[in-house]
Amino acid sequence: MSTYAQKKGFGATLWDFLTTVDHKKIAILYLIAGGLFFLVGGLEAVFIRIQLAVPNNDFVSAGLFNEIITMHGTTMIFLAAMPLIFAFMNAVMPLQIGARDVAFPFVNAVSFWLFFFGGVFLNLSWFLGGAPDAGWTSYASLAIASKGHGVDFYILGLQISGFGTLMGGINFLVTIINMRAPGMTYMRMPLFTWSTFVTSALILFAFPPLTVGLVLMMFDRMFGAHFFEAAMGGNTIIWEHLFWIFGHPEVYILILPAFGIFSEIFSMFSRKRLFGYSSMVFATVLIGFLGFMVWAHHMFTTGLGPVANAIFAVATMAIGVPTGIKIFNWLFTMWGGSVKFTTPMHYAFAFIPTFVAGGVTGVMLAAAAADYQYHDTYFVVAHFHYVIVGGVVFALLAGTHLYWPKMFGTMLNETLGKITFWTFFIGFHMTFFIQHFLGLWGMPRRVFTYLPGQGFETANAVSSFGAAFMSVGVIVMLINIILTSVKNVKVGNDPWGDGRTLEWAIPSPPPFYNFKQLPLVRGLDAYWIEKMEGKKGMTPAEPLGDIHMPNSSFLPFIMSLGLFIAAFGAMYHVDKVSWALPVMILGLLITFGAMFTRSVKDDHGFHIHKEELMDDDDKGVKA
Amino acid sequence: MKRLAKWRLISLFAILALVLSGCGEPYLSTLNPAGEVADTQYDLMKLSTLIMVGVIIVVMVIFVLVFIRFRRKDDTIPKQVEGSHKLEIIWTVIPILLLLVLAVPTVAATFKLADVSPMDKKNSKALVVNVRAHLYWWDFEYPGQKIVTSNELVVPTNEKVYFNLKSADVKHAFWIPAVGGKMDVNTENVNKFWLEFDDKKANDAGNLFYGKCAELCGPSHALMDFKVKAISKDKFDAWVTAMQDVKEPLKASTAAASEGQEIFNKSCIGCHAVTPANKMPDTARIAPNLSNFGDRSRVAGILEHNKENVKKWIENPETYKPGNLMTGKYGNLSDDQIDALADYLMGLKVQE
Amino acid sequence: MHAEEKFTYETWPAAPEKSTLEAKNKFLGFWFFLGGETVLFASLFATYLALKDKVPNTNMPLAKDLFELPLTFVATMLLLTSSLTSVYAMYHMKNFAFSKMMVWLGITALLGAGFLGLEVYEFSHYVHEGHKFTSSAFGSAFYTLVGFHGGHVAFGLLWCITLMLRNAKRGLNLYNAPKFYVFSLYWHFIDVVWVFIFTVVYLMGMVG
Repeated sequence: MSTYAQKKGFGATLWDFLTTVDHKKIAILYLIAGGLFFLVGGLEAVFIRIQLAVPNNDFVSAGLFNEIITMHGTTMIFLAAMPLIFAFMNAVMPLQIGARDVAFPFVNAVSFWLFFFGGVFLNLSWFLGGAPDAGWTSYASLAIASKGHGVDFYILGLQISGFGTLMGGINFLVTIINMRAPGMTYMRMPLFTWSTFVTSALILFAFPPLTVGLVLMMFDRMFGAHFFEAAMGGNTIIWEHLFWIFGHPEVYILILPAFGIFSEIFSMFSRKRLFGYSSMVFATVLIGFLGFMVWAHHMFTTGLGPVANAIFAVATMAIGVPTGIKIFNWLFTMWGGSVKFTTPMHYAFAFIPTFVAGGVTGVMLAAAAADYQYHDTYFVVAHFHYVIVGGVVFALLAGTHLYWPKMFGTMLNETLGKITFWTFFIGFHMTFFIQHFLGLWGMPRRVFTYLPGQGFETANAVSSFGAAFMSVGVIVMLINIILTSVKNVKVGNDPWGDGRTLEWAIPSPPPFYNFKQLPLVRGLDAYWIEKMEGKKGMTPAEPLGDIHMPNSSFLPFIMSLGLFIAAFGAMYHVDKVSWALPVMILGLLITFGAMFTRSVKDDHGFHIHKEELMDDDDKGVKA
Repeated sequence: MKRLAKWRLISLFAILALVLSGCGEPYLSTLNPAGEVADTQYDLMKLSTLIMVGVIIVVMVIFVLVFIRFRRKDDTIPKQVEGSHKLEIIWTVIPILLLLVLAVPTVAATFKLADVSPMDKKNSKALVVNVRAHLYWWDFEYPGQKIVTSNELVVPTNEKVYFNLKSADVKHAFWIPAVGGKMDVNTENVNKFWLEFDDKKANDAGNLFYGKCAELCGPSHALMDFKVKAISKDKFDAWVTAMQDVKEPLKASTAAASEGQEIFNKSCIGCHAVTPANKMPDTARIAPNLSNFGDRSRVAGILEHNKENVKKWIENPETYKPGNLMTGKYGNLSDDQIDALADYLMGLKVQE
Repeated sequence: MHAEEKFTYETWPAAPEKSTLEAKNKFLGFWFFLGGETVLFASLFATYLALKDKVPNTNMPLAKDLFELPLTFVATMLLLTSSLTSVYAMYHMKNFAFSKMMVWLGITALLGAGFLGLEVYEFSHYVHEGHKFTSSAFGSAFYTLVGFHGGHVAFGLLWCITLMLRNAKRGLNLYNAPKFYVFSLYWHFIDVVWVFIFTVVYLMGMVG
């Protein structure tokens, strides 16, 4: 046995995770944190549906309802969906390209802790005087008028976690460009890696406008600026533009990795190469590019004028084309294949009709003149839940089942997995299909209640009933996770038996250096090629040698903690409390001190020696 | 796997049942268009739905075939296909054509609905309404007629009505679903658009359309409703004249109401006007104009219009519209005072 | 190649900033970072242009009343020159001439400090004329855009000084060469941003 794989106590394990820079452990951290926030956001969703189940309900008050919807949206997008996607990117992408880690392992840890502290900060608002209540879009006039510190929590929390995301994006871009294994050309990269690449590029260009928007709002709310105050010359439309220049690419940041996960699943469980691989890559890049050209379709009713509305309407419709290409390529990947309906495949299969439904309502929404009717109604709510739940959440649930053995070395129970799928799937359609009609019948979104006599009663009751099903699905999944972890039956390299890409060529979970020797990639679906030639593993591309690894570090945690502390100072500074400014300075000093320490201290990592690797024979790529 | 097919069948029937039964209420639903704007939008909806249903059918046919024909039966390895240029061209070109079919009418409609040139012409005869959105109520000024009313818009049918929209506090959106799509009410600029109210459809809807705020604006966003009385041109003109004739606040007709008027003049008139003339600038009109309160169909835009509800509202507006700006502005009134006040308000009628 | 390996002029590689994997990663990653920064400044520029001269009343100074060429021209020259001196520093870095590199970096830092000094003077001058961060949307937008740039210069100064102090006794090696190089990239970037500020804010502001 290796000297690196010893049993550790709880304290040591905790310390290990607090200081880790290993992409696989960071992936687990993202999965846990993102999963917890997903449960919080889900609970908020349940409260929303309880409140709206009957007219004139008083389960929650009007103000509290606005806090709940704001936090539901913000949590689900920023603190659940994105981190869960980051979990899979971290867990899988480096393995798929045959790398030993990401380009900047230290920065990777910083990214996680920034996201984590940002998320915790945002959610602390519940206990410190009230959550933000201006909607997840936080439109400026309402956000500036909002009393208390709710919106301040939103501004500061998102800035902190946004920095983390931005750094993560850069990290993945560099990793994919510089650290591919020998033979892994761009056009041999698995589609999940491609979508990680395009997503990271979107993050890089989409997050700065959000940061600017948040900074402007912070200046307005906390430091006396007037960006959004009409009486002082300000203009709230600037916020709408900045928010949506970020916000539209953001939905592609979410959906492209989902497409990537589904592409892997379709190909694996059909035992077929992805149909039209190069057009899939092209479509992914095109969707990413067009994602920046369409933001104003969220603002059709803002009053930008018919010219802008017409241009953005046509540009938006254009996105339907590459998305359609993808749908048909997936269908034809299965066509002629040998399709096995595992739990991940259930989600992937159900994703197609669901996402097509969400996609076509997207095209309907793109028709600007008609959108004046749909805008800000339940029709829009239904549309984006069809794409985000039917696309992103289905992918995350599928990915959890698919990659669980790779991340934890044990398989989730398939029967329970399918029960989760069916309850969630049925509940989902029951909840959201009817909402299209609610919108068309005249029900605006973000209403804390509705009056009787407008024809909304039955549909809302059905919708709330469906939400109960979805909750049951999630609970079954939690039970599944607990049972699986308790049993902990270990599995081999390729537990699904249909693995095609490099991550399935190495043990589950992989050793911390991933590949003992970097593999030689001979084509798309590198592992599949070797399997078809009757080989058990990859051909190594290099002789066995020393491996250079980065050191663990506690600094990422401290850096992020500093900003977390500083945020409290900045926020309470408005109330003129005496301790606010010192706390803010202290926090910033902690962060900059940690950065300074990092840059001054020598940290060259360490080497795993050849001899140790040879002892470690039951791990890594077999030559 | 039979369950899957069955479920699809059931959901299909459910959809069908919904489509047949559900066009919503005639005074509220976008699927019961009651005017040129809503018609245009409804046509676009139908066109896009039609195209999209076509796409869905194609996808579903392939989807079902895959499900039936290609399930794993044995361990044979299927042929590894790279792709097909012919197919790829087909599913690139056809969607582009379909989208063009949708794009052309979309662009045409977008320009048509944005055409407000008649209201900007000099000596224009067009009917213009200046809409000012306030936290949870709506102010309607008719600059050409020099009158103001609140929470209940009165419009003539079968002619274009032009709107200037501006907010007094935070962003709102002005929406009369059955009559046409919404437009945002911004804090920094005036947005303009037009609507047309169809006479026949207005009759079907009892001459009263529901209007809503469609942009989250605070706790009572959900309750920021208004009503639209769409009446024939003649009746509208009569209403305008009746409104213009009210130069002085209407005199109370009963003893109780006179008492109420006194209370009103002490506690309420600071914010609420009871004459319809638009002499004050819009920024000074900080509460709903009550000149024709007795003629309206809802109290505060939401409650059924009767004396009981007026009293309840005055007693504690916070219960009915959380976060409204009226709560706590008029001191404590006794039950008798509120009763008198309600009598007075219910008597404020400009027309019989 | 080990990062801490000792080098001579002869063994020093031609592109020391890209000769290890870590260095290559750093180099590429930093370019991406600058890409993100570009979008950040683009957003700030757009905001500034939207709010330029938007003031609550007519007594307040507008762009054409405020900006004066001589001062900003001197500031521009200082920053442009500092970009040039950082090029000299990198030239010497590539030639393994450590002390010469340090001298030029020192000059770069001094020029940067001079620029910052002028900016502080300029801001206080505007505040006296009634153009404050809190006085109008125009003021907020102006100080945010130019101040963000100034903040970047200040951060660059700290970075430069930290680098110089840390490596004063260690000399050049493949571990710190990319760090110097990346700093110089950053410095060029804020220089380019300033050129845009000079054009968009000051020159276009004076035209009216």
